[in-house]
Amino acid sequence: MITETNNKKPSTNNQRKFMKLSGLEPLVLNENSNFINVGERTNVAGSRKFLRLIKEEKFDEALDIARHQVDGGAQIIDVNFDDGLIDGKESMVRFLNLVAAEPDISRVPIMIDSSKWEIIEAGLQVVQGKCVVNSISLKEGKEKFIWEAKQIKRYGAAVIVMAFDEVGQADNYERRIEIAKRSYDILVNEVGFPSEDIIFDLNIFPVATGMEEHRRNAIDFIEATRWVRENLPNVSVSGGVSNVSFSFRGNDPVREAMHSVFLYYAIQAGMNMGIVNPALLEVYDDIPKDLLEHVEDVILDRRDDATERLLEFAETVKGTKIEKTVDLSWREGTLQERITHALVKGIDAFIIEDVEAARLEAEKPIDVIEGHLMIGMNVVGDLFGAGKMFLPQVVKSARVMKKAVAYLNPFIEAEKGDAQEPVGKILMATVKGDVHDIGKNIVSVVLACNNYEIVDLGVMVPPEKIIQTAIAERVDAIGLSGLITPSLDEMVYLAKEMQRENFEIPLLIGGATTSKAHTAVKIDTQYKNAVVHVNDASRAVTVVGDLLNKKSSKDYVAALKKDYDEFRTKFLKRGKEKSYISLEEARKRKYKIDWETSEIIKPNEIGVQVLKQLSLKELVPYIDWSPFFRSWDLHGKFPDILKDEIVGEQATIMYEEAQKMIEEIIAKQLLKPKAVFGLFEANTINDDDISVQKKGKEIAVFRTLRQQLSKREGIPNHALADFIAPKETGKTDYIGAFCVGIFGAQELADSYRAKGDDYNAIMAQAIADRFAEAFAEYLHKQIRTKHWGYAANEDLTNDDLIKESYKGIRPAPGYPACPDHLEKETIWELLDVEKLIGVKLTESLAMWPAAAVSGYYFANPEAKYFGLGKITDDQVTDYATRKGIAKDVARKWLHPTIADE
Amino acid sequence: MADIKQALKERILVLDGAMGTMIQQYKFSEEDFRGDRFKDYPIPLQGNNDLLSITQPEAIKEIHAKYFESGADIVETNTFSGTTIAMADYQMENLVYELNFQSAKIAKEVADKFTEKEPNKPRFVAGSIGPTNRTASMSPDVNDPGYRAVTFDELRIAYKQQTEALIDGGVDLLLVETVFDTLNAKAALFAIEEVKEERNIDIPIMLSGTITDASGRTLSGQTAEAFLISVSHIPLFSIGFNCALGANLLQPHLEAIANKTDFAISAHPNAGLPNAFGEYDETPEEMGEQIEAYLKKDLINIIGGCCGTTPDHIKVIAKLAAKYKPRQLVVSC
Repeated sequence: MITETNNKKPSTNNQRKFMKLSGLEPLVLNENSNFINVGERTNVAGSRKFLRLIKEEKFDEALDIARHQVDGGAQIIDVNFDDGLIDGKESMVRFLNLVAAEPDISRVPIMIDSSKWEIIEAGLQVVQGKCVVNSISLKEGKEKFIWEAKQIKRYGAAVIVMAFDEVGQADNYERRIEIAKRSYDILVNEVGFPSEDIIFDLNIFPVATGMEEHRRNAIDFIEATRWVRENLPNVSVSGGVSNVSFSFRGNDPVREAMHSVFLYYAIQAGMNMGIVNPALLEVYDDIPKDLLEHVEDVILDRRDDATERLLEFAETVKGTKIEKTVDLSWREGTLQERITHALVKGIDAFIIEDVEAARLEAEKPIDVIEGHLMIGMNVVGDLFGAGKMFLPQVVKSARVMKKAVAYLNPFIEAEKGDAQEPVGKILMATVKGDVHDIGKNIVSVVLACNNYEIVDLGVMVPPEKIIQTAIAERVDAIGLSGLITPSLDEMVYLAKEMQRENFEIPLLIGGATTSKAHTAVKIDTQYKNAVVHVNDASRAVTVVGDLLNKKSSKDYVAALKKDYDEFRTKFLKRGKEKSYISLEEARKRKYKIDWETSEIIKPNEIGVQVLKQLSLKELVPYIDWSPFFRSWDLHGKFPDILKDEIVGEQATIMYEEAQKMIEEIIAKQLLKPKAVFGLFEANTINDDDISVQKKGKEIAVFRTLRQQLSKREGIPNHALADFIAPKETGKTDYIGAFCVGIFGAQELADSYRAKGDDYNAIMAQAIADRFAEAFAEYLHKQIRTKHWGYAANEDLTNDDLIKESYKGIRPAPGYPACPDHLEKETIWELLDVEKLIGVKLTESLAMWPAAAVSGYYFANPEAKYFGLGKITDDQVTDYATRKGIAKDVARKWLHPTIADE
Repeated sequence: MADIKQALKERILVLDGAMGTMIQQYKFSEEDFRGDRFKDYPIPLQGNNDLLSITQPEAIKEIHAKYFESGADIVETNTFSGTTIAMADYQMENLVYELNFQSAKIAKEVADKFTEKEPNKPRFVAGSIGPTNRTASMSPDVNDPGYRAVTFDELRIAYKQQTEALIDGGVDLLLVETVFDTLNAKAALFAIEEVKEERNIDIPIMLSGTITDASGRTLSGQTAEAFLISVSHIPLFSIGFNCALGANLLQPHLEAIANKTDFAISAHPNAGLPNAFGEYDETPEEMGEQIEAYLKKDLINIIGGCCGTTPDHIKVIAKLAAKYKPRQLVVSC
């Protein structure tokens, strides 16, 4: 709307220098600049809410107002603490110091607004960017004016000069230009103040007040603005627009039209910045013709009876507002209906009130849990079992349940009645060396809301601790989780230990890399009792129910064992059918790039760099949402999933909640992205190794693995080394490596968990994971277009990125092209990852924090992603020799990819 | 200082290389740092490089002389930490005036000798004003983002004292360098302006920021251009970047400001990035190659070296600088 009126530029042609301001980022005016919008909600005189928050010392919330302004498009924020009841100087310093710590706010320049010089100076002393001082004037004489201007110049700020002098405030055309001219001459000629840093506030006064002397208020401002811009080179003109419509308070349609009309003409005359409430602004062209005519008559003082006519007309355009209401009809049901509804819908707003009502009706408080709440949870369980509710909804139900139980517990304790007996006790743990626990947490919550007691040992839990705790707590089952391949071995080890200790309780296995095959072949054989692979949280309840049911468990376990045994036999048979070629043969069949013609592009920036000062906001567009829904067992492709017939509604709700949490995370900087990356000279040596060099000297060697599956003639056996020019070519090639991490997710999840909010705890972790992947995507783009620059002109949409349509690849150790986690150690050494950004490797080579991604960059256009598949013993031997490690060590790390095992 | 302003128009001026790297080669012991005068000082003094201007003046002079011999037009005084704030670590706040005065004096003596020998190539001394070890716009306490360990006024007073001593000692210009927090630099500039006004003098000011991160921002979060805007209220002799990065990584940041200012542009990068032992191992030739890329792009008026650079580096750089014309300075109206 502002831009629209702004198409007509002032006719001034004496502008040679333009104002430049800065926060963390520059704000530079030029001949094409649009109107600069100054936010004024962080002004105690302009916002009652802001004043109240400052009085109550709620600076966090006060910062939210500033952030909201910047997000809403304010290019400068006006900050004012002039109020009799607050210490203006102290508040100014404290608020600006806090703003400095919020990059999303402090990216814009600050306007330090006060009528007291000591407050202005205190503000200038705490802001690094180039500010605007609002304001000085000749009101108290020339001497003070000069002194203040000199100080402001020395602090390096622009200044707003009010049209005010010793005589008083300018209220007509002549006085405005008289004061402006005098102020300008003093500033430019006597103080040496840069003319482009002078902004005049020529006083916007109300029109249509009924007073004869106010009739020309708007037009005089506009004409004075034109004179100033034409006669005082390089200056800007500003003002507070809402003043002009003061007499129409309460009639927003008329006020909106008045603001637009006023701006339309004032901007043409040269007003180039000001305080405008965007919510109170109509698009000029959208103003109804009759209203427009009446408003223009007033603003431009075109008729003697303009005010009366507008007043009369205004009566007919009083706006009506439609408010969005929440459907609360369910509150009219019976108490049980209400409680069930709250549990099914996951609404916690009324649960305490309802539970209290139920408690008063019940004989014993425990009856509320066993009665009302269990009836409700049974409905949840039935709906979930029937596929009519989804995982995130169940977790939300659990949150409501938890809140209700937490409320009732003190009453139950007080009665000394026996607490509710859980149906079973389950130990949950992510195994040693692994840090991933989203899936484990979901299963825990689902089980807990089915009345199981959960002993959650967290992540990176050593096997001894699992065994000890299981004995001490007399648990009824153990659930293990893990995401990275080394965790599979930990699970096998734990199964052996359970056997050694003669355990009889069932062992549940879950996590992304686990599989029925691995469980059947490797784990089930180690433990005589029940071992079940449960990779779907929704199955957990029925599986555990069957396992712990005293009557049927024996038969169930026997059937299970038989099933796994048959599965194992079938699987092992099938595994033998594939055939492999020798490593030597595979190397002969390597992927051959024609290095004579292949273009090698030298990176713009060789060396290691760190990136810590990045706003999460910049990563949001790079988020791939589909995996987010998958982590909640909602399957489908984003954004289609939002319209999916079955899960669409739930997916939409989750998506909106995720957006809300992301907003909060960004606003409060709850997560912190950090990255390190490096670009190096490199050549392939000895077929499968990549020698990383600095000035021709080897500083690291990446060992790559080669596909050994027997393939059709003409289909190559890939290794990543094939994408880097071999030493023998005599050409210098290049490789990159990186690690990105999102810090703070654990703390955030814990803070939710402490409030009994598992739903948001899991949500926070899932979001952190998305940010880590988005960061990897973002950084890869920066690498391609800037730091390496081999695809400087690439123009890909986010969808293209998710589809990996970019040139070059970024494979990650532990993933299909290079399943060997050990290579992470090489990356860590090469980039000094832990020291530079703090991402650590666990003993199983999982990254901590868990929301982290590391990998390599290959730039060759022929480089592509592939899966290694299985390798054979000769490659294990060769790899161990190349890497200089014992073969059994190599075997331990590689064995999930070794064919014969 | 008509001399240096004239010289700036005519050629690319060469600044010296690292002081710390050169001092390390002397392998001074605790006793050497103390000298006679501070032999009973209550706390360890090894590592207080600025103090060597008093206790080992010959070594410092020798370093200055080596840089002049290598072709430097300007050497920096040995005063990077010469403020009461930075010297508090050694409880030497009271020594600040003398440290700066002496450092300036000995550097000027060396410069004058070279100018005498080669009158057609006058040599200059820049008073080095470091960032101090505190930051005015960031909190050192993660739990209290509003806290500040130092105020603008404390910095201003400390910088003023350093400036006065450097000028009294005879420096030709001032170099506010390694700026990681723009607010610290603004306090230094404020102090210098006060001194200029009180003494009714003019003295050229070089200002050099530091970008540590691939985002292209200063430690206090500003983009290169925002940094430039925040300090352009003072008529600077030059603006640029130093430290933290090697020459090639500095280039995009120099490009980001070069076409946005009428001030001269300076760069004194490190000799590459530190290796795993914290040493800089880029050879003069390697660094020269990268610097030549700036010169070809017409980016530079003043060029030198920071951490890890030696007289050998400066020699290569000076030779290159002589081959190219300086970046054209637009005379603003």
